[in-house]
Amino acid sequence: MKTTKDTTTAGHGGGDVRLTGIGKTYGSFTAVHPLDLTVPQGSFFALLGASGCGKTTTLRMIAGLEEPTSGTVHLGDQDVTALPPYKRPVNTVFQSYALFPHLDIFENVAFGLRRRGIKSVKKQVEEMLELVQLGEQARKKPHQLSGGQQQRVAVARALINHPKVLLLDEPLGALDLKLRRQMQLELKRIQTEVGITFVHVTHDQEEAMTMADTVAVMNAGRVEQLGSPTDLYENPRTTFVANFLGTSNFIEAEVDTKSGDEIVLKAGGGKLVLPGARNSAPTTAGGKVLVGVRPEKISLTHADDAGEIPEGRNRITGRIAESSFIGVSTQFVVDSPVCSDFEVYVQNIDRDARLVPGAEVVLHWNPAHTFGLDAAQDIDAGVETGEEEVA
Amino acid sequence: MATVTEAPPLAPAPETKPPRTPRKRGRWTPYLLLLPGLLWLFVFFALPVIYQASTSVQTGSLEEGYEVTWHFATYWDALSDYWPQFVRSVLYAASATVLCLLLGYPLAYLIAFRAGRWRNLIMILVIAPFFTSFLIRTLAWKTILADGGPVVDALNTLHVLDVTAWLGWTAGDRVLATPLAVVCGLTYNFLPFMILPLYTSLERIDPRLHEAANDLYARPSTTFRRVTFPLSMPGVVSGTLLTFIPASGDYINSDLLGSTDTRMVGNVIQSQFLRILDYPTAAALSFILMAAILVIVTLYIRKSGTEDLV
Repeated sequence: MKTTKDTTTAGHGGGDVRLTGIGKTYGSFTAVHPLDLTVPQGSFFALLGASGCGKTTTLRMIAGLEEPTSGTVHLGDQDVTALPPYKRPVNTVFQSYALFPHLDIFENVAFGLRRRGIKSVKKQVEEMLELVQLGEQARKKPHQLSGGQQQRVAVARALINHPKVLLLDEPLGALDLKLRRQMQLELKRIQTEVGITFVHVTHDQEEAMTMADTVAVMNAGRVEQLGSPTDLYENPRTTFVANFLGTSNFIEAEVDTKSGDEIVLKAGGGKLVLPGARNSAPTTAGGKVLVGVRPEKISLTHADDAGEIPEGRNRITGRIAESSFIGVSTQFVVDSPVCSDFEVYVQNIDRDARLVPGAEVVLHWNPAHTFGLDAAQDIDAGVETGEEEVA
Repeated sequence: MATVTEAPPLAPAPETKPPRTPRKRGRWTPYLLLLPGLLWLFVFFALPVIYQASTSVQTGSLEEGYEVTWHFATYWDALSDYWPQFVRSVLYAASATVLCLLLGYPLAYLIAFRAGRWRNLIMILVIAPFFTSFLIRTLAWKTILADGGPVVDALNTLHVLDVTAWLGWTAGDRVLATPLAVVCGLTYNFLPFMILPLYTSLERIDPRLHEAANDLYARPSTTFRRVTFPLSMPGVVSGTLLTFIPASGDYINSDLLGSTDTRMVGNVIQSQFLRILDYPTAAALSFILMAAILVIVTLYIRKSGTEDLV
């Protein structure tokens, strides 16, 4: 009963989740470095990172299943740091669903309501089962349902309590690819419908980007970068983010001149232009900058036609090392003096038959698509983990 | 040449014949594997039961020999003579089972969820008594509960014995040779049989279910009542069966720790067989005990609603 009271009294104080200096250490191992994070009420927030990066620990600290070593958790105006999980107006969808095997679907969904002393649960449970399209399955036991159905029960069981925040711990990890896509849309629909704040933990960058309004990329117990999916993709501020979300090509370059909003860099024999607004590296003359560009921003022109490339584009030369045709696009790996293994994705609109391995090419792109990163970091951060997790 | 001449008679079913041979062998494999077990069951269970059944309806004497006369009255006589011992057996065994559950559950819970790196050590400690003989262990209780010993003295000083004497569990300032002593012995001896299945079923519970219950507003006590305990029912049922069944047929504890007033049906059977040499009565008593246990266990399993484990 206490929980219901807490929910109502704190309801009008704004429903943001505020983590202040929250951290967790196990002995000498730091799972989560003290971090500050605010999840706005009603948003779909994703914590993205490879396994062991501290995202699940962070989630469990919000749920109260893990006690933070430092810092506080606020839900709206209420400090819940010291509250046990059963007193927090927060519910979790567990990775393995954790449905109660001895109870049927109806009782699983009714569990939270009954624990709060609500007597007439029938109508609410039935409505909730309708929402997740499981009305017919109410009297079945969890093991009689498919993975996708179990997953929906887990969502229904949490949502029925109208939590201030719904926590999702890799909820789609156990589903196959097709079902996962379907459930992503389903979860997004439910979230829009009920308007509850969702905090979603995932290692799947595509999942995070398609579902969330805001994504926090975590690495080794720290939040690397926080922002909207497009912002993270277009303006990564670390090589980890640049590599973990999609693929990035990096060129090590040296600052040549700075003119207004543009930074001119020297790479190999050529010059590259970088918009100052998209640079997060220090730009003293002669300083090193990692110039990044996404593979799909680049155009590929055969060296014979180099003259046709418009002025003002960043360009580098190279030789095609590999090409793979994958239907909508062709993926090229280009060997260039400034960067080996330069990846380029070209849409298959007008295919140039000369672009085969061994061909000399010019890579060129709009300088606006260039971003600059501090060269004092690992150029391959996030590469292996990213690939491994996506596979 | 012989194979060639034999081939035509097989012609009517030429397609089915060849693949049938390996399949046939595969079909018999389970039965072959079952054979040793079935043989064992036949020689050491079915035959003795049949032999015992025939003994129970024999009449005669040791000197003149026994023969089957279908004398079913033995059953009635045995029951009317020894029903108090039957009742006592069930009561003692039930008390010991309840005590085992009360003592064993917290321990099994501790080992399964809280012991951490001490888990294996505690498990060894639970099983360790098995390294000593049942008889020796029971005799040790004779010393523990000895008249005027520290345990009895302490219970006396705390006036616990006044209460137990009032309940009829003990007599005067003695513990030995009373129902309490026998139940203590039974509890001690069968405790591991309770703890092990309880531990196994508790250990199988996904700890995330506890977290899920906690997350869904169940405080720890509610979580136990609504999630942990129901999920440990298979262990509770098999533990109580493994304790109750052997305890109700036990005679050592009553023999060593009890008196003539605490005789259980096991003691009666033992003395009928080995001292009075009245084999038909002993066999009839054994059958009645078997039937009684079977009925009680069936009712119990029905009631506890855990069909999926039987």
